[in-house]
Amino acid sequence: MDDFRVADLFTSIGRLWTNWLVDLGVSDPWILFINSLIGAILIVVIPVTIVVFTIMGERKIIGRFQDRLGPNRVGPFGFLQTVPDVVKLLTKEIITPDHVDKVMYHIAPMMSVVAVLLIWAVIPFAPNVIGADLDIGVIYFVAVASFGTLAVLFAGWSSNNKYALVAAFRAVAQLISYEVPLVLSLLVPVLLASSMSMQTIVETQRQGWFVILAPISMLIFFISSTAEIGRSPFDLLEADSEIVAGYNIEYSGMKFAMFFLGEWIHAFTICALTATLFFGGWLGPFVTQVPALGVVYFFLKMFILYFVQVWIRTTMPRLRIDHLLNFNWKFLVPLALANLMVMSLVTRLLNPIEGPAADPVVQGAVFFGANLVLVVAALMIVGGVARRARQAQEAQRFRAVASGVQG
Amino acid sequence: MTTVVFILFSLMVLGGGLMVVTASNIVHAAGALILSLFGVACLYVLLNAGFLAAVQVLVYIGAIAILIIFTVMLIRREGEDRLSFNSMWSGVLVIAVLAFVGLILILNQVWPLGMEGGAPDMNLDPTVQLGRMLLDPAGYVLPFEVASILLLSAMIGAIVIAREKRKE
Repeated sequence: MDDFRVADLFTSIGRLWTNWLVDLGVSDPWILFINSLIGAILIVVIPVTIVVFTIMGERKIIGRFQDRLGPNRVGPFGFLQTVPDVVKLLTKEIITPDHVDKVMYHIAPMMSVVAVLLIWAVIPFAPNVIGADLDIGVIYFVAVASFGTLAVLFAGWSSNNKYALVAAFRAVAQLISYEVPLVLSLLVPVLLASSMSMQTIVETQRQGWFVILAPISMLIFFISSTAEIGRSPFDLLEADSEIVAGYNIEYSGMKFAMFFLGEWIHAFTICALTATLFFGGWLGPFVTQVPALGVVYFFLKMFILYFVQVWIRTTMPRLRIDHLLNFNWKFLVPLALANLMVMSLVTRLLNPIEGPAADPVVQGAVFFGANLVLVVAALMIVGGVARRARQAQEAQRFRAVASGVQG
Repeated sequence: MTTVVFILFSLMVLGGGLMVVTASNIVHAAGALILSLFGVACLYVLLNAGFLAAVQVLVYIGAIAILIIFTVMLIRREGEDRLSFNSMWSGVLVIAVLAFVGLILILNQVWPLGMEGGAPDMNLDPTVQLGRMLLDPAGYVLPFEVASILLLSAMIGAIVIAREKRKE
């Protein structure tokens, strides 16, 4: 009891619990097993709990953006709206169509939720508060994300519906395309921290958040993850204003809701990842003295980013599929590749193998300058290409008009 | 404890592999392949090779399996998604088993099974060690670079094939 400190709340609780188990006479392997089990359950429960609040918050925020009040009937200011919604979804009849492929049809919705929940295992909430501080944390996140793509494909195919299949193909084309810039931009924090462990990446940012050193990577990561979760302006996966929704058309009740649960959780999961990789995760004032504050800083950053995401969602129009893929392959991927090359060059120049590393302030300035140059160059190239295309079009129209006059 | 987990994952790999060849529906076979590949990734984790496990999931499940399913779904025609057994399957089975045993015997002569030269240094981060080996001039930098050139040429080939023909 004497080593209980409120400042280090979560580690203290963990230590008390383990000591209690030892006093009960539980053997070491079983303690490890029980603690891992509790950790795994917490990792699942935390995001599913948060999602109840983010759904309500998002509906309120979108309501305000669209000049209306949002849900305001259930509870004070409508804050309990999600509760009847969940009850409704849980009690809805689940209809399984006759000609579906039973096994895959039932696996797909579960897989889409699990793929997202798995990511939470490597997200650090505070110093020492993390599911598993894998030394391959970043690549683990990329690997488990591929199960989400599989879920979409399974759902589309097993539904035995042509619309669902076509929608699944379209969705997978989008998901695997945007995985490329996502991974390329993820490599930059790994490069700067010289580690793939999430905790080490956060610790390295004590000298300066990576958003200052690598703003382009942050933007590419945020944009391509928004495409990965299929939110506006990239919501072609299930364009909900269209008649046929998407790969989930044959699902009903809670099975249908599982896809959306996965999407909603994914929406703030990428904010948590952006906060961890680029905004210093749990870092903040006094976090060394009071480690428990890290949780507060982490969730604060996450929710601010989430607000930005809702803001984007509610103000941007939907992209057309060819624009979406062109934007990815002709703009994001080349930019991400150039960014990665420039970043690794600058990193090596400022931290030579022999000799001292440059001053943190100088480093920050040089990195930021390099990013600025890259952005200006990229925009100039894009602008030039667009201008030439416009001129060619106008020349063609002019020729058409001229030949019309002649004839 | 480790043995029990190992047997579970091995069953997953072998059972998945068996389902790949026996499933009558080709998409189910692809699904079983994913199960089998995931089991291999779990075995890597047991061997303390976390990086390999993640890459296994990323490359084989995230890329190759999805491509396989994509292709299977695109080329499927009505009534063709049921595979039937060839009448010569028993002969093929014998040949496959013989080839497998023969390969094991030959390979055992060249590289004897079991670990030799001692286990790698467990104090060092295995991922760091792997990275050093791959980029060390005394290690495997040449095969690594050759493989990347191969991938680059494949990528350029794909672009050339997929490129629109200019009509002028």
